[in-house]
Amino acid sequence: MDQEKRNQRSIDPATLAMLDRAEAEGLETAWDRHDRQEPQCGFGLLGLCCRNCNMGPCRIDPFGGEPQKGVCGAGADTIVARNLLRAIAAGAAAHSDHGRDIVEALLHASTGQSPDYQVKDRDKLAALAGELDIAVEGRSAEEIAADVAQAALEEFGTRKGTLAFLNRVPEKRRETWSKFGLTPRGIDREIVEVMHRTHIGVDNEYVNLILHGLRTALSDGWGGSMWATELSDVLFGTPEPVEGVSNLGVLQENEVNIIVHGHEPTLSEMIVAAARDPELLELAQSKGAEGINVCGMCCTGNELLMRHGVPVAGNFLQQELAIITGAVEAMVVDVQCIMPALTSLADCYHTEIISTSPKAKFPGAKHVPFEEEKALQIAGEIVKIAVEGYPKRNPERVFIPKEKMEFVAGFSVEAILSALGGSLDPLLDAIKEGSIKGIAGIVGCNNPKITHDHGHVTLTEELIKADILVVETGCTAIASAKRGLLLPEAAQKAGPGLRAVCEALKIPPVLHMGSCVDISRILVVAAAVANALGVDISELPLAGAAPEWMSEKAVSIGSYVIGSGIFTVLGTVPQVLGSENVAALLTEGANDVIGAAFAVETDPLKAAVLIVEHISDKRSKLGLP
Amino acid sequence: MKGNIVVDLEKCLGCHSCEIACAVEHSRSKELFQAVAERPRPQKRVIVEGCGGSNLPLQCRHCEDAPCVRVCPTGALVKEEIEGVVLLHDHLCIGCKWCVLACPFGVIVAAPDDKVMIKCDLCQERAKAGRLPACVESCPTGALQLASTAQLAGTKRREFLVEYLQDR
Repeated sequence: MDQEKRNQRSIDPATLAMLDRAEAEGLETAWDRHDRQEPQCGFGLLGLCCRNCNMGPCRIDPFGGEPQKGVCGAGADTIVARNLLRAIAAGAAAHSDHGRDIVEALLHASTGQSPDYQVKDRDKLAALAGELDIAVEGRSAEEIAADVAQAALEEFGTRKGTLAFLNRVPEKRRETWSKFGLTPRGIDREIVEVMHRTHIGVDNEYVNLILHGLRTALSDGWGGSMWATELSDVLFGTPEPVEGVSNLGVLQENEVNIIVHGHEPTLSEMIVAAARDPELLELAQSKGAEGINVCGMCCTGNELLMRHGVPVAGNFLQQELAIITGAVEAMVVDVQCIMPALTSLADCYHTEIISTSPKAKFPGAKHVPFEEEKALQIAGEIVKIAVEGYPKRNPERVFIPKEKMEFVAGFSVEAILSALGGSLDPLLDAIKEGSIKGIAGIVGCNNPKITHDHGHVTLTEELIKADILVVETGCTAIASAKRGLLLPEAAQKAGPGLRAVCEALKIPPVLHMGSCVDISRILVVAAAVANALGVDISELPLAGAAPEWMSEKAVSIGSYVIGSGIFTVLGTVPQVLGSENVAALLTEGANDVIGAAFAVETDPLKAAVLIVEHISDKRSKLGLP
Repeated sequence: MKGNIVVDLEKCLGCHSCEIACAVEHSRSKELFQAVAERPRPQKRVIVEGCGGSNLPLQCRHCEDAPCVRVCPTGALVKEEIEGVVLLHDHLCIGCKWCVLACPFGVIVAAPDDKVMIKCDLCQERAKAGRLPACVESCPTGALQLASTAQLAGTKRREFLVEYLQDR
């Protein structure tokens, strides 16, 4: 591979070192497969292919020629809007089904059905119970948890008309949602209705379709995702600032390395616990290993680092590279963003890919079904498989890049409030007087279409330089962790105003708020700031960005973020440009309806300019300097 | 001419990717997302036709004794001496459509404004840069290839031989 092409793949030295290693070993990665997909299908890129019925598949000529209509008569606007809605539904379903799993875990913990799980944060449980009008006086945590879990389950197929957490939404925003029919009525219901409306011959009007898409996304952000976050905190503890180490250099040459990869904390929490079992540690030593090193990857990594400071080996595009180190005994996976490519790659090494969810099996993986009832026991069995694989490691093929970087994470809403001394006022004052110009949430995936980590890191660095406080989740936060931006010392890279605030509070200029469902934490902060100032979220100097997004979950996230009133810049082009009307609605028209819209900008430097200008505009409208 | 575009009928799935790639190549930006917003709209020079379950992407065959060149009253259509490509110089085209009448393949079409004709130029800009025509590069199954007559005949001979020996 020529140097120019190599250097366009990533800015992360550990990743580049592993890509060289992959090439030397003749192993393919997502970047190679992306090259082989080029040029990608134009109809697909533009959202102009419809496979929703068997009169088709149908395509619309994007250059004005024939055909301009599918067999049913659907034109570009209808087809593009329907495809967008189905992506939102898939993304909302992924987050919300993750949320449901956490709700069920709490329910089973409360009934004693899964004794390995207990309520860890009783204060948070009591606060949630208060929000839900559930009695707490004289009741045990288990009794309260059971009622909270039941109330949460009710949200999925709700019959009471709307979602509980809408009480957190500023009144003006709720009025806007009500006016345009955007108030989510139930988590599962909106997703089902997407599938109904996008069936042949139902909703054909693109504006009506997209309004429902926003409602579905809002049921994710203020519903499924928010429940996942809140109840994970109840079960596993609300994150507090914690130190950790990131990047592939966290893998240990003389220890059993286990990577937990995927999204839900239920299993990974138990793996972390099982890896501390003295019997398993003794077994590891008998196999010649110095210890058992559990590392995270993607959002499972984020869940664990937020609560325990567990090392994180990397973000989405590094999952294959971890295996190519030759030093991973087991990669334990559950759901979402786990590449099917892992198993054939693991065949080239001693690494076991261990699937655990009945929802996600992988040809070639060892399947160890995870059951909450026997959680710790199963986690122990999984750790044992890894330990027993240690002697099969071929030391001659081990190649662990040296790069690793310390970080501080764990900034839940509660942790931010505590860092501020218990009230939002210091943050509000800093925003009002202008030392902090605004807040930007940068989130999302990796995508071989964008130089790995370049989108995240460049945008983050540009924004903190402009005195914009950055809050992050998911693969963005891991990119910043690897770059050292999650350290208090990174305040030196910030503008003078933000730097002074960070140094006074001893916080980094970039706050890691968790996994991708934890974007709900960012919504809570945005709503709290709006409520404190008595304005709508859309009036605040806020922005969102997803510089390297790729998943359908990101489509849902982007939609609930603009639906909540926050301008959002996308770093890869969404599959909607086949309809000028849909594209115009999403990037301009939406401003008139919900007070926010998307922008698309693949260059992070230009994206930063858009966000700085937007925040400056919002500040002047609020009369702030 | 280095080669002409040949089609493997068994490999063409009728996805129309070649049409999009062709239109993008003949746009101002040469980039899909910008090309769809350009006015006048970029036009394709290859058309996928289907008949009896087979699909065939059709474009100019760049005939040796090209009827379109012979009938063109203004000299807009020319057979290039060196590469043998039949090119249309649209500033000379008067839109009389004699070429459409003369072409046996129906691969010369009118621009949307009906004022000039458009046809395949075997991606001259790409050829100068040593790149394959856009339709060939875009084909996900490799149904479209750029091959010289000698290469094409060679492939045919091998195919014939394999079949002949199998039948014996």
